Amino acid sequence: MSFWPKSRKARRRLTILLAVAPVLALAVGLALYGLRGSISFFYTPSQAIAAHVPAGRAVQLGGLVLAGSVVKKPDGEVDFTIADRRAASKVVYRGDLPDLFREGQGVVAQGSYDANGVFVAKQVLAKHDEKYMPREVAKALKEQGEWRGDGARPTYE
Amino acid sequence: MIVEIGSFLLVLALAASAAQGLLSGMGVRSRTLAGAGEGAALAAFLATAGAFIALIHAFVVSDFSVANVAANSHTEKPLLYKVAGAWGSHEGSMLLWCFMLTAYGAAVAVFGRGLPARLKARVLSVQGLLGVAFLAYTVFASNPLARLVDIPVEGRSLNPLLQDPALAAHPPFLYSGYVGFSVVFSFAVAGLIEGRIDAAWARWVRPWTLAAWSLLTVGITLGAFWAYYELGWGGWWFWDPVENASFMPWLIGTALLHSAIVTEKRGALPGWTVFLALSAFTFSMLGGFLVRSGVLTSVHTFAVDPTRGVLLLTILGLTAGSGFALFAWRAPALNPGGVFAPISRESSLVLNNILLSAATATVLLGTLYPLIREALGGDTVSVGPPYFNLTFLPLMVLAFVVLPFGPLLAWKRGDGLGALQRLWAAAAVALGAGILTYAVVSPKKALATVGVAIGVWLIVGALTEVAERTRAFRAPWVEVRRRLTGLPRGAWGMTLAHIGLGVFALGASFETNWRIEAAQALSLGQGLDVGAYHLTLDKVGAVDGPNYLAERGVISVRKGGVVICTATPERRAYYAGGQTTSEVHICPRGLDQVYIVLGERRQGAHGEHAWLVRAYFNPWVQLIFLGPLLMAIGGAISLSDRRLRLAVGRRRVAA
Repeated sequence: MSFWPKSRKARRRLTILLAVAPVLALAVGLALYGLRGSISFFYTPSQAIAAHVPAGRAVQLGGLVLAGSVVKKPDGEVDFTIADRRAASKVVYRGDLPDLFREGQGVVAQGSYDANGVFVAKQVLAKHDEKYMPREVAKALKEQGEWRGDGARPTYE
Repeated sequence: MIVEIGSFLLVLALAASAAQGLLSGMGVRSRTLAGAGEGAALAAFLATAGAFIALIHAFVVSDFSVANVAANSHTEKPLLYKVAGAWGSHEGSMLLWCFMLTAYGAAVAVFGRGLPARLKARVLSVQGLLGVAFLAYTVFASNPLARLVDIPVEGRSLNPLLQDPALAAHPPFLYSGYVGFSVVFSFAVAGLIEGRIDAAWARWVRPWTLAAWSLLTVGITLGAFWAYYELGWGGWWFWDPVENASFMPWLIGTALLHSAIVTEKRGALPGWTVFLALSAFTFSMLGGFLVRSGVLTSVHTFAVDPTRGVLLLTILGLTAGSGFALFAWRAPALNPGGVFAPISRESSLVLNNILLSAATATVLLGTLYPLIREALGGDTVSVGPPYFNLTFLPLMVLAFVVLPFGPLLAWKRGDGLGALQRLWAAAAVALGAGILTYAVVSPKKALATVGVAIGVWLIVGALTEVAERTRAFRAPWVEVRRRLTGLPRGAWGMTLAHIGLGVFALGASFETNWRIEAAQALSLGQGLDVGAYHLTLDKVGAVDGPNYLAERGVISVRKGGVVICTATPERRAYYAGGQTTSEVHICPRGLDQVYIVLGERRQGAHGEHAWLVRAYFNPWVQLIFLGPLLMAIGGAISLSDRRLRLAVGRRRVAA
């Protein structure tokens, strides 16, 4: 093999390179593909409307649970509305809500919009803390001028 | 008074650590000063322990004049959680971190008798400087013993979700693992200063790595176990930033454990091994920073404080920065050590390291990507399980496929074809298990079947290696037995750890792919089906707990009409904070579990009361927690190998 270098050092380097290169290529390829396909964007309802989120695309919808909007049906389905200052989205969710889910609280729902513009949630997140405001929700509301200070930030957990 | 003594001891610990750094640093030249440095290390440990005991005491007696106790404790809390509250908060857990840091320093001083005097002094000096950084942070920026001016009558209590035995034990294990890598870091810096990273150095580092790795394994498993049965979501790993923060040091620690073997046995890869040794503690500190600073959104809440985050980031930058700068300066001068062929034990361990590092890099990228994107002014995004399943799993599958070959290859130049021949039986068993799974288990899932086959491949592959070493099935039994008892403990440890990995892979494949979930609002007498099990809600009663009020459901679980288990899941409302939590009931069925959650009360179809009952059938889920436990036990067995006992090193040096 003429391309095989003669010096021991160079040969070792080439061997290591040959071992590292495919793994590195695989890792980089997978990571790029993964970051393009399987990350989900965060929107508040007005941002989602502005961005024309296509139906079926997995996103996160965050905002405040509109007071008086929560309807719990006997079959386990829950309907509620997530709102920011400018817009609101109707959300349907099957399953148990987090223990800290309450009207007027900040939540993040994961799921997608259906063809009628109703958000079908697969998971609803509220944190382990009654004082908690999801960071993205806090940031988005702050930008809209809704948020009043950091007083509600948890001191611990 | 005890609190003041504790505060004083904490400052004393800071001073002792500074003395340790200084005296041990000068102790490289003087025996007396080195001895004084060791004394300072012990003093720092005792003082930190004293401060920690003072904090625990304040929690036990509910001294609400201490800010931290007032924020995290409550008179009605059970004693265990009063004690655990001491490390349940930001300030308290930083003190736990410092306690571990000084404890490891003292352990080096006491158990490191076999170390060369100069190396030991340097290690203690670096460890002392690390202690200064973290103790100064604790004393000046997050003092857990700070007093309040307005003393409240009652405390705000510990988050109820954290009031759990698994989670009470989780931080001590996790931190003893995290901080255990600080010793490895100190050894790396000391070795770089000496310009000597060789087989002896690797031998001294390995026991500390093994100890830290085993403890971290237990810590992470306890955390996953807690998430599984306390959060009530039926899951045990969410690829959450906080979970990843603890997982990355583990991955790097695993890589280090393997590369240190190459350095120890063959003197090869010294640069890479020392790089990993520096990285492991860097990732530990990064984990501490990510978890505490609140820069990432996590489903788990933590002691979040952005201003302190900056301080932690500074400590991280300074320590890791100086460590890696030293590496960049000294590493090119390291002796590259023995050569090896492309097919050899060394190469297989190098491949293991490449795959583990690449996997760590993808986890790091996924964890930090939302931050990077936000910093670049982009949108808010979140990276969830799909990304990690797509990037991390293929790399790990590759690592698992090549794993059984490693121990069967000889050092320097291995016989690849021979290893293949020896493993054909294991491959056949794995393939058979895969086919059997595909035929028997419904619904049919190809990828999950591959996961099962790989789990079997790892287990049988590890057993094949033992059979090879003892000439089982070929030599007479007396000979085999002689060889079995002659195997070093390190070999048993490795076998057990690899089997544990296979056991985990089996459990994870089964549980994630064939779990059955059902949820329905049930009124009394109604039932729902989950897999082969039928659940009936018989009764719901009120229960008065020590610091909560609960609704307890009585649910009978039937299989084929026979009651196999009476489940009593609870939904608790805690007095302090007004938080509700679900107390899951788990019916174990061999390796499987039926997992039952009592949800909120709702209106039934005819206006009667109904409760949302969620149930999961989790097949083979026990293996998920048993596997890592086996790995940790394997680590502990390796640690007890006489080769690694520290006195052996001394004899070698003397010889």
